[in-house]
Amino acid sequence: MIKVEFRGFAWRHAGRRAQAVSDVDLRVEPGERVLLLGPSGSGKSTLLAALAGLLTADSGEQDGDVLLDGRPALELQPRVGILFQDPETQLVMARSGDDVAFGLENQAVPPDRIWPRVHRALDAVGFPYEPSRDTHALSGGEQQRLALAGVLARRPGLILLDEPTANLDPEGAEAIREALRSALADTEATMIVIEHRVADLLDLVDRVIALGPGGTLIADGPAEKVLAEHGDHLAAQGVWVPGAPVPRRPAPAPGDTALRGEGLTLVHPRADRPALDGVSFDLRAGELLAVTGPNGSGKSTLALLAGGLAAPTRGRATVPGEPRPLHRLPARRLATRVGSVFQDPEHQFVTATVRDELAFGPRQAGWPKDRVDARVSELLERLRLAPLAAANPHTLSGGEARRLSVAGALAAAPGVLLLDEPTFGQDRRTWGELVDLTADIRDEGTALLAVTHDRDFAAALATRELVLDAGRAREGEHR
Amino acid sequence: MLTLAPVCGPEAAIARANPVAKLAAVAVLSTTALVAADWLTPLLLLAAIAVALPFTGIRPGPLARRLRWLWLAAGTVVLVNAVFAADHTGTLLFDAGPLRISTGSLLAGTAIGLRVCVAATAGVLVFATTDPTDLADALNQQLKTPPRFTLGALAALRLLPLLSAEWRHITTARRARGLEGGWNPLRRLRLFASTMFTLLVGAIRRAGRLAAAMDARGFDSGIPRTHARDQRMTPPDWALLAAAFLVSAAAVACSTALGVFTVVV
Repeated sequence: MIKVEFRGFAWRHAGRRAQAVSDVDLRVEPGERVLLLGPSGSGKSTLLAALAGLLTADSGEQDGDVLLDGRPALELQPRVGILFQDPETQLVMARSGDDVAFGLENQAVPPDRIWPRVHRALDAVGFPYEPSRDTHALSGGEQQRLALAGVLARRPGLILLDEPTANLDPEGAEAIREALRSALADTEATMIVIEHRVADLLDLVDRVIALGPGGTLIADGPAEKVLAEHGDHLAAQGVWVPGAPVPRRPAPAPGDTALRGEGLTLVHPRADRPALDGVSFDLRAGELLAVTGPNGSGKSTLALLAGGLAAPTRGRATVPGEPRPLHRLPARRLATRVGSVFQDPEHQFVTATVRDELAFGPRQAGWPKDRVDARVSELLERLRLAPLAAANPHTLSGGEARRLSVAGALAAAPGVLLLDEPTFGQDRRTWGELVDLTADIRDEGTALLAVTHDRDFAAALATRELVLDAGRAREGEHR
Repeated sequence: MLTLAPVCGPEAAIARANPVAKLAAVAVLSTTALVAADWLTPLLLLAAIAVALPFTGIRPGPLARRLRWLWLAAGTVVLVNAVFAADHTGTLLFDAGPLRISTGSLLAGTAIGLRVCVAATAGVLVFATTDPTDLADALNQQLKTPPRFTLGALAALRLLPLLSAEWRHITTARRARGLEGGWNPLRRLRLFASTMFTLLVGAIRRAGRLAAAMDARGFDSGIPRTHARDQRMTPPDWALLAAAFLVSAAAVACSTALGVFTVVV
């Protein structure tokens, strides 16, 4: 159990002009379980990094103090454990058990006590395999549970969780919460968690601290009280407050078929079953077809085949007026027919400024210059990217990068837009913007197909749902 | 990329041998082969390796597949050295103007090819049968290499397969944007450069996150680390090392007795 104190704390990252947080005064008593809320840019992650001893003198400039049990945070680093959101970059070793042992070796735990602690930590998080399991063979959720075991094995007096479920699918996220519930019941450690999706975590915390921009304190107290008094304000700031209304954007009647998939099948060499097995669908102008299903059911494969980005083993995807199947089209032509937006926006950026990024598709398609300029201006305005027109796409925030990737795919005015997990890991405000943007695109007559785990997104926008299971389509539910 | 088919199971004798012992044994054999300039010494060493193979638990099929490029390379070395030798001695076997092969140059070329074979085969035997984690552990504990270097390399190694997946994703995303190399070499080159840039941006971010996660778990904090898995020389490891010395000495003695042994000068 560690007591946490920020006294007039401020931090400026090296190379930045503005402070990430300033004048933070906070106190967390030993053994308290705290949920830290706030919009993107409120410096929540900076506060956790400070507690974890990761803000060293060479990485920025500090004012005030960060104290753990009355001593500078850096001195108590061995007693602090932190779990980050990306499972892939928290694992160091090739074998699962070794990875848990890594933190104990660093702590100079005597060799004969390492393995019993490794086994206990793996049990505590419900790790389902042998310790010799290859860490690459684990799903994202399993990797995150392993990383949590690595944190718990060090028996920290302060546990910090920085959006522990943001990168996981719903099943993986629930497994992590389950592991946290049982692990936290077994320890008296102080705990601070950052999370946008509040509802699922409320039973784990006894206090909520809400921060505004720059780390200013907005509210502090028991969860029910804070959410009741400040719920609306927090929802507007991007927090998923339980019970806050989710918008519905009903669709007008759909138009003609804009994309047709016929018996789409993809068999990977040496796989025991097809990744996708004979899936057919009709996508019409002005509708959104939600593709759902568990992990590994073939959703992303369907998006690749429907977008003409991979060659199907059997079957074809076509658009009207184009005799060749999409995967045979040259890329330039394909981009004017079907736009695809991927999970990681940065993979799609091909130029050095936001403006060029939007002009890229139309130029490729051979539009005259004045038409390209008009289109770019229109998109900059509509997607509120105008102030960023000269910025490098790689420097945008998560929400801005996401909007730009959608705009870039739309720029050459394809009739069809495919979205792969468009709302993945977004806060409530960005989510709302994406829903509005998608609804506008749909209502202008673009045909949309969205692969998504997000029930709320599908409920807000989808006209139909295509459920995949082990590569096959289950009966689509018409709403 | 790194998950090549293993040439032996995890329980094979050679897989359980101490990595430092294996490295030392290979160093002894390779040094002998590289110092000896005659054809007999490396041939005897190769024969000894072949005789020892059945006792190591290595599967011959996968090993032969792993070594197939080596045979080609060694053959080329023999041919090039036989044809372009500085002086040709003995009988001339083949003569086409500047391209000549004599018995003397053929023998010299064969000797060089055989030395390459010994060094490469022994090297493949060690690295194909050693888990990178065990190697890093052994280097840290027995040779006292800094963990910052070995474990850093190990963590980077773990991220490599992610890069190839990432490359595929980026290429697919480029096609969606209307970018494709096609048959134009200039366009292909530019696409390659821009894909590489995106890959590097991602890799650097990822490396930063990984470094933060390692720091947060107390890596390189100045406390001497302990080791979850003890790596040390056991009697079989000493036996392996002794065998390497014995085989080397025997090969040199044998070729000296037959009067063919020479040393690279």
